[in-house]
Amino acid sequence: MNKHLLSAADLSAGDITRVLDTAAHLAKVTDRAIKKVPTLRGRTVCNLFFEDSTRTRISFELAAKRLSADVINFSAKGSSVSKGESLKDTAITLEAMGVDAIVMRHGASGAPWRLAEWVEAVVVNAGDGTHEHPTQALLDLYTMRQRFPSFDGLKVAIVGDVLHSRVARSNVLALTTMGAEVTLVAPPTLLPARVETWGVAVSYDLDAVLPKQDVVMMLRVQLERQRAGFFPSLREYARLYGLDGRRLDAMADHAIVMHPGPMNRGVEIAAEVADSIERSVIADQVANGISVRMALLYLLLGGPEVAT
Amino acid sequence: MKLLLKGGRLVDPATRHDGTADVLVDDGRVAGVGTGLDTAGAEVVDCDGLVVCPGLVDLHAHLREPGREDAETIETGSRAAALGGYTAVCPMPNTDPVADNAGVVEMVAARGREVGLADLFPVGAVTVGQRGAELAELGAMARSAARVDCFSDDGLPIREARLLRLALEYTRAFDAVVADHAQDASLTDGAQMHEGEVSAMLGLAGWPAAAEDMVVARDLLLAELTGGRLHLCHVSTGGAVELVRAAKARGVRVTAEAAPHHFTLTDEAARSYDPVFKVNPPLREKADVEAVRLGLADGTIDAVATDHAPHAREDKEVEWGSAPPGMLGLETALAVTLTELVEPGYLDLATAVERLTAGPARCRRVGGHGGPVAPGAPANLAVLDPAAAWTVDRARLASRARNTPFHGRELRGRVVHTILRGAFTVRDGRALR
Repeated sequence: MNKHLLSAADLSAGDITRVLDTAAHLAKVTDRAIKKVPTLRGRTVCNLFFEDSTRTRISFELAAKRLSADVINFSAKGSSVSKGESLKDTAITLEAMGVDAIVMRHGASGAPWRLAEWVEAVVVNAGDGTHEHPTQALLDLYTMRQRFPSFDGLKVAIVGDVLHSRVARSNVLALTTMGAEVTLVAPPTLLPARVETWGVAVSYDLDAVLPKQDVVMMLRVQLERQRAGFFPSLREYARLYGLDGRRLDAMADHAIVMHPGPMNRGVEIAAEVADSIERSVIADQVANGISVRMALLYLLLGGPEVAT
Repeated sequence: MKLLLKGGRLVDPATRHDGTADVLVDDGRVAGVGTGLDTAGAEVVDCDGLVVCPGLVDLHAHLREPGREDAETIETGSRAAALGGYTAVCPMPNTDPVADNAGVVEMVAARGREVGLADLFPVGAVTVGQRGAELAELGAMARSAARVDCFSDDGLPIREARLLRLALEYTRAFDAVVADHAQDASLTDGAQMHEGEVSAMLGLAGWPAAAEDMVVARDLLLAELTGGRLHLCHVSTGGAVELVRAAKARGVRVTAEAAPHHFTLTDEAARSYDPVFKVNPPLREKADVEAVRLGLADGTIDAVATDHAPHAREDKEVEWGSAPPGMLGLETALAVTLTELVEPGYLDLATAVERLTAGPARCRRVGGHGGPVAPGAPANLAVLDPAAAWTVDRARLASRARNTPFHGRELRGRVVHTILRGAFTVRDGRALR
């Protein structure tokens, strides 16, 4: 594996399998009464969040703490960043404090690449702009692997605002690396330029795609996209691209529904679908996020053999 | 002071001269060309194996003074220009204050003379404050001591077709050029790089080629309608090259320039997320690069212009999305042209020299620059070693800024001497001031 985790593109099939296997191993820690191993004792992990994301931050925080790392949370709001301190200054400060790993969420695509140039610490991309969110992709793959024996030929539809979705980009990269067959479903205005070069299928018709899928991953629609004119109204969006009970019935019996959260219930996903015990693995995704992030921190920080 | 540039290959596009000839310089002017000249008392400069040509003319540079002297000044920018072989530079008006009145353009020209490393021909703003609302006092700038004959809101497009029409019509009164930065702003809102395969992967908002092509088409139609003189800044797309080619064929009064980075680098460079590669218009695709090269080769594009855009280090050492667009160009344009266009055979050396000298001089009046190298003409000259290889080192540039996209690249073609009105500004590769 590379030194940092910046993009899902940097992960080979072997890397991904190693992360998922390690995560499966570490998941056992979470099942114990005392959910902690001393693996990363004495190491310091900084959650550097320039954008709010309580879910992702807490997931990383728990993962680091379960490995006994010291965790500092650096939120850009109310910090020196709001006084005009640059990313580079922040990087120099964290470096001087001897941080071993920096988990960064940033509103600008590519910001983790810049950070990685300026620090010795391991950098983990926890979401950059409209670009990537590789740990989300890994936890999604982990969740799929719990249900399906192999990625080879696994049919995955990713539905919604692909254009602005870092989850979609990272998932496309990781899933195609593992041999899955990905179909992107969205109105044309929410698909990126030259998406045909991504090695995936593209459809504008959710109903035509749904029955053939093993996995249907719904993306969050941001309300400001409607204001920017990417689609005419939320109602029309929900009608054409929302996953409701009727569409759920059209899916294969074994197929599962995923969503990176937070959900707009009633827009891209109906409440009855989100809460469907048989089909929805959305809660599993959240739980798996901790194990996968533990595995990553463990592998990137080169901890000793995991205590079992 | 009398100088004899002896034994060099004189390439002068204005007189179509290309062959060995001595050039005698006396009292700031060319005193003779050829052999058997009266060289008594002249200092002999051995030019054997070197190319002697008119001093280079840059139609498009940002010298940042007044306003951002921490990024570049007229002095540091002029030094960079001289080291790049330039004797004439056209500074763009997007300074602070904006060069939208006689006072600012006169200050820029006067400061240029004071520094004395290159003649500055300021470009005036088309609209007041470059705000795109009302025409600036174009006539006052034209009649000022700076004698401005080129106007542009460069950095910003002229959004309203009506305003561009008025500018093209109004400037006919003094036969000036209106230079436009072709960009449809409604298609490039928030854009960070060229829209294509790379922008899609990088999650950076795209600047589609169509946003340039559309405005170029509009501008050409308005030039045709008004009979005004249009100049297109930094043409970067295959579509724009094609539109200009067709317009020239039907006699539209249009000239065009292209920047070295647009005929060398592609949007692939953005994969590094290093904002040194962020520029406006953005680095395009391979096919666009090829089209710009062919446009320069067949004369559709008249001139290589640097779009030299220095930025302070702290402004570029940020996230891509926060960085201002722009790259340095003055010190590398010649070598990039020779390395990327002449070596692979797109242009021969004489044509390359034309696009750097007489070509730009044709686009606007830069009296005495760009040739001819003929008796009586001001001795604005460059002496080049076209074969010399050197590696670009941003730490050693004369510009105050360091944002060159060519750092670490080996180029061929070095400026040996630059001569401004008979006096060395650069000698043996070193600036004299």
